[in-house]
Amino acid sequence: MNITQILFFLLSAMAIFSAIMVLVSRNPVHSVLWLIAVFFAISGHYILLNAQFLAIVNLIVYAGAIMVLFLFVIMLMNLNKDTEPKKNIWMKLAGVVSGGCFLMVLISLVRQAADMQGKAAQTGVGDIGLIKNLGKALFSDFVVPFEISSVLFLSAMVGAVVIGKKA
Amino acid sequence: MPIQYYIFLCLTLFSIGIIGVLTRRNAIIVFMCVELMLNAVNLLLVAFSKMHHGAAATVDAATTAGIDGQLFVFFIMVVAAAEVSVGLAIIVMMFRNIHSVDINFLNRLKN
Repeated sequence: MNITQILFFLLSAMAIFSAIMVLVSRNPVHSVLWLIAVFFAISGHYILLNAQFLAIVNLIVYAGAIMVLFLFVIMLMNLNKDTEPKKNIWMKLAGVVSGGCFLMVLISLVRQAADMQGKAAQTGVGDIGLIKNLGKALFSDFVVPFEISSVLFLSAMVGAVVIGKKA
Repeated sequence: MPIQYYIFLCLTLFSIGIIGVLTRRNAIIVFMCVELMLNAVNLLLVAFSKMHHGAAATVDAATTAGIDGQLFVFFIMVVAAAEVSVGLAIIVMMFRNIHSVDINFLNRLKN
């Protein structure tokens, strides 16, 4: 068992544990903090796969910007453990059972898939995740989607202002 | 790492997101679980991109095969950021009107 495998299992355990804690925390602020832990673990996976640009962008955009937005909204609404709506225990059980069935079906499917046998993802080598190569591809092959996404951002900005404005 | 390990990890994270959407009633937590599912898909896209690149690099060392997957992840992040800004604005507006983020109060569009 080499260092890459140890790191993989460590980061996976951290991601899954934090994801479960997102669900079982009663306080929404704790849920946000656990979700940030999930994003850190996923960024660690990106670094392990040598996708350095995505690792940093994941930290800056998700853990840095989006989660702070969530935190602001939760604190503006003053949500805490007491205001948390409670769901019927049977509904919870039904949700967990259906989610678990989904997971079981897909895992058994992937285990049997012949396409996935003996294939491996490169870890630690390969330079496609570096910012130089990604930037070249982004501004040559993907320049139209890139420009369209700026329009999308503009419309999202205007939409957020219009919706958030006091009617 | 074998690609199946990554698939199992991402499936588990995705299913946890589904369970969260089905079991929680706080609209913000439901929204966060959707983000969790998006991230599981992102991780799987990067893993597949590296798998594809590894297979192509044995033939041609200077290939950039698999770079599309990582750019897709970038665009998913862009769309997710736009989605979060609008979604949170909608949740704030809803909170101002009914003073709750319980999704059970959202079962009617009018009133």
